[in-house]
Amino acid sequence: MLKFNDPISTDVLIVGGGIGGLCAAIASARAGASTLVAEKADTRRSGSGATGNDHFTCYYPKAHGENVDVILKELLNSLLGPWHDAKLSRRFLLESIHMVDRWHEWGINMKPFGDDYEFMGHAFPGRPRIFLKYDGHNQKQVLTRQAKKEGVKILNHHPVIDLVKADGEIAGALTLDVTGDVPSFTLIRAKKVILSTGTANRLYPAAGSPGWPFNTAFCPSCAGAAQAQAWRIGAKMVNMELPNRHAGPKFFARAGKSTWIGVYKYPDGKLLGPFVDKATRYVGDITCDVWNSAYTDVLLNGSGPAYIDCTKTGPEDLAFMKEGMISEGLTALVDYMERTGLDVSRHAVEFMQYEPHLIGRGLEIDIDGQTSVPGLYAAGDMVGNFRADIAGAAVYGWIAGGHAGTAASSCGFKDVEHSPWVEERAALYSSLFERDHGAAWKEANLALQQIMDSYAAAGPHRLRSATLLTAGLKYMADLRKNALSEIAVPDAHSLMRAIETLDLMDNGEIIMHAALERKETRGMHMRSDYTFTNPLLADKFLNVWQEDGRVCKQWRQRWN
Amino acid sequence: MPPIIDRNKCVGCGTCVDICNSNIFVFDRSVDTVPRVKFPDECWHCDSCVIDCPKGAVTLRIPLAYMLLHVDADTLKPREAK
Amino acid sequence: MLSISRTLEADVVIVGGGIGGPMAAIAASEAGAKRVLVLEKCHVRRSGSGATGNDHFSCYCPEVHGSDVEPVLNALMNSLVGQAKDVDLMRLHLLESFDIVKKWEEWGINMRPLGHWNFEGHALPGKPRAFLKFDGRKQKAVLAEQMKKHGVTVLNHHPVVELAKENGRVCGVLAIDATKTEPSFVLVKTPCVILSTGLTHRLYVNGSTPNYLFNTAHCPNNAGGQALGWRIGASMVNMEIPYTHAGTKYIQRAGKATWIGVYRYPDGRPLGPFVTKPDPEYGDVTSDIWNSAFIDVMQNGRGPAYLDCSENTPETLAYMRKAMFDEGLSALIAYMDDKGIDPAKHAVEFTRFEPILHGRGLDVDKDGLTSVPGLYAAGDMVGNAGCGLGLAAWMGWRAGRAAAASAALVPEAAGNLADHPVIRAKMELLSSFMERTEGASWQEANIALTQIMSDYANVGPYKVRSESLLNTGLTYLAQLREETKNNLKTSCSHTLMRAAEVLDLFDCAECIMRSALERKETRGSHKRSDFTFTNPLLAEKMLDITRKDDGTIVTSWRNTRV
Repeated sequence: MLKFNDPISTDVLIVGGGIGGLCAAIASARAGASTLVAEKADTRRSGSGATGNDHFTCYYPKAHGENVDVILKELLNSLLGPWHDAKLSRRFLLESIHMVDRWHEWGINMKPFGDDYEFMGHAFPGRPRIFLKYDGHNQKQVLTRQAKKEGVKILNHHPVIDLVKADGEIAGALTLDVTGDVPSFTLIRAKKVILSTGTANRLYPAAGSPGWPFNTAFCPSCAGAAQAQAWRIGAKMVNMELPNRHAGPKFFARAGKSTWIGVYKYPDGKLLGPFVDKATRYVGDITCDVWNSAYTDVLLNGSGPAYIDCTKTGPEDLAFMKEGMISEGLTALVDYMERTGLDVSRHAVEFMQYEPHLIGRGLEIDIDGQTSVPGLYAAGDMVGNFRADIAGAAVYGWIAGGHAGTAASSCGFKDVEHSPWVEERAALYSSLFERDHGAAWKEANLALQQIMDSYAAAGPHRLRSATLLTAGLKYMADLRKNALSEIAVPDAHSLMRAIETLDLMDNGEIIMHAALERKETRGMHMRSDYTFTNPLLADKFLNVWQEDGRVCKQWRQRWN
Repeated sequence: MPPIIDRNKCVGCGTCVDICNSNIFVFDRSVDTVPRVKFPDECWHCDSCVIDCPKGAVTLRIPLAYMLLHVDADTLKPREAK
Repeated sequence: MLSISRTLEADVVIVGGGIGGPMAAIAASEAGAKRVLVLEKCHVRRSGSGATGNDHFSCYCPEVHGSDVEPVLNALMNSLVGQAKDVDLMRLHLLESFDIVKKWEEWGINMRPLGHWNFEGHALPGKPRAFLKFDGRKQKAVLAEQMKKHGVTVLNHHPVVELAKENGRVCGVLAIDATKTEPSFVLVKTPCVILSTGLTHRLYVNGSTPNYLFNTAHCPNNAGGQALGWRIGASMVNMEIPYTHAGTKYIQRAGKATWIGVYRYPDGRPLGPFVTKPDPEYGDVTSDIWNSAFIDVMQNGRGPAYLDCSENTPETLAYMRKAMFDEGLSALIAYMDDKGIDPAKHAVEFTRFEPILHGRGLDVDKDGLTSVPGLYAAGDMVGNAGCGLGLAAWMGWRAGRAAAASAALVPEAAGNLADHPVIRAKMELLSSFMERTEGASWQEANIALTQIMSDYANVGPYKVRSESLLNTGLTYLAQLREETKNNLKTSCSHTLMRAAEVLDLFDCAECIMRSALERKETRGSHKRSDFTFTNPLLAEKMLDITRKDDGTIVTSWRNTRV
């Protein structure tokens, strides 16, 4: 068995030091709770926001007017919609501008164009714009500095690998110390835990470059930890069966998407998509946000490929676009284009639809960010009933942190050190390290991707069915058995990846269980055996969770 | 990964190095007494090294991603026959 | 530049020591060629798709089939190997192949494991069966021994990377000496070259395990040998007509029709109209002639498709297990035993794999002669004939004899190969890969190629080609080729060999896309979204594509030979 370090106690434990985690941590500390962030990498550069972002969903009454519902409607019609409990989205919007103010005060440049906030991009021509354009290139350093200033403790290179429950409530978490080559465990006792592990990538083969599982639009180290770990202790998931696919430059997934200002075209120069015929910094081209399956369509019907053409974008807007890419954190792409002589004023760039990943699919939270497990919160991209990407993570992190920090003062610690659950999980993980030789974690991850791609595929043009999903669940169980008996890891880093892979298997199973239950076609969840979209399910969400090893499923009304 | 050489059984004859369909082994006798699998990703799992090893020192490990997907044949009996 | 370690001369050089290559070498030697040289990238005892065995040999045996070859030919032309083939070659192959079978038996390959000429499997019920069931476990060792007996020189670990031409005729080959970590070049002057490099893999994203380039049904080290002929102007044929193999999902190295069972939907209904009860006489031919069914059932949600062997008698299951050994699948059997997977109890999922060049490539006559004097081809890399191992053996034999006769008539070529511009350029390019200190790996280039092929030159039933997609693919391929030449880094003879393979694959890819542009119709799994019909006027025609000496590429249609 791998060594256990001395346990740590904290009022509030934050799992994942990305945007949501750091904002939650600051709010929790301000509420008076001792607060610890456990992060698998380093909070200065971890997660999908590592090197920047340039758009923050926000309702700004001064610009948008007094009626929040106008903006709510835009949010639900955008790429971030439509699987939201509007109740949560409304609270998010109402609090969003205060978060923007705070960020600006802390040192993130939320007003790169002058004295006031500007809203640009990801918008339909003639419609209200909900994305505040900002310069996030230093956001992670600023939030890390601010968290430390507020007294938050940060434990880098300590991925949380399991949650611990006692008496039906959250009691702490088991982390893996990966600071050295030899891993060890650190148990954390916490009154409240806030999950903020980001999107789940590496579930499906990378659609552009299947040989490269880390060629992803979002951070590939985010691998569904929160969903899996919460699932294992019985938290409710929601919307897991509804696929989401991102889009962007072909073969080069780490490249943003709507930072580009151009129009989409067929090879013969015809416009693709009805929305924009001249792109400006104010609208970009919304096609890839709301209709990215078009890129798959044109390959499958032979009329493609589809290009983004920025050559008619004015020189000022092109300079603006380049700045936006740097704010978004795409310096590697900008450098690559310069090195290879790729010039957007002369060259059109092919776009594609990427593989499905989990964003805005996962844990169900209430209005305060609490999950169905008392004391366990979630904020950010792994929440299933609300999504607003970086802004959603920041604002709901803040809400959850404040709530958890306040609530922690009125409860005590529970025993986690004598938990048979911890013992069992630690023994399982240790066994992978103790094996002399065997399979690499990557083999299991790739096998998992193969299974997901074959048996739980996402549309367009790919179907799910009861027989396929059932086969997929059977194979996933076989894979898990093989993986647990064969994976051998040589070091702490590989053990972390192996555990991520086991987490991904849970995610895959949840997706397949939920997809079996959704006996209709909706969006890119396409069932060959239920080809219609059932209007009776339009305002319903599907919960799935585990109880005594049994998978439970239940439909509930959407919260408005 | 794929071929695993049992160092206790291997006599260093170099047959596997020579006959490997994908040339995945290297054997530098000045530094080692047993061949090394240098390019495991290129194994075709043809089994030549296993078959030809005079000492039975080689086994193949099939990667996890190469699952032989299967179900109980009983589940495929037509419904009326069950 | 890397050094030239050896300069040799030969009457006949054979590229590839698989099945066709050794047969060609033995035949050339028997026909009187003195200096016969086989250049093999691995080792002739275990190289190529037949490395550890095979269990079916296409042939016509009068004492079994009767005196008329035509019904057997007809069955073969309707099988998985018959599409887009010259009938005259296939007929001649059948007529002469039994002589080859007897030769093999005489040399020590077990062609009658049951004691009689047993034709089973790969057949439609009620139709003549063209495949002799044999035990090929020792085939490679036996052929290697015969080469030795016939005085053939074999250079193992010598991949050929370029051919040269002088006055319109083949004049030499460039190989890498990969016996040591540090590569060097070997030049061979010769008037006759026989290509027998097998089929071509690693062109498309792997159809069952997209991250694994080497998980292939046939030998994954066979990659782009057609390009050697292409670059010196040999005509290629049928490059645009896709061929796809099928087999057990996720483990491609598992045979296909060695299995005896019935394909079933998950609810137990049989898939395909051909076989509803398992029978060793036919196997289940569905995976041979209608393997797109395995894709269909995934696309329409009714799948997956399983092969159910559970209704076989214990005797048939034992027969099948032994045939798997004969076919060379001992690794699969060991795996199944280890995991407790038992065909008597478990049904196994099947799928269709990614496209490969199998029976697509060089256009040859009945002696394997290509359109370039002195250049012959035999085996799976031939574009107008093919049925796997049996054809390779037969055509290798014919090509060997013809090449020996031709070599005897040709005066020695004069020039110095090291100064030949094509050879020189190739040596410089490959050397630059070794000299670079930072750069891209060959895998990156190979994977990028598979991405391009799978997106812009993919195959049916659900993927289409079109003028805009194919032109896009050609543009990206040209960019990738340029990037590769300028950035590839190799560190040893092994990776240098792989890099040369990737360069060959680029040529094959270009050839496929240019041919596919020219075939302005839909045929088989070559599906054009801009030409959705199948043109009856092209039914008996084949498309040739040739790279002329000035680098221009021309296509032309010819009639299928009957």
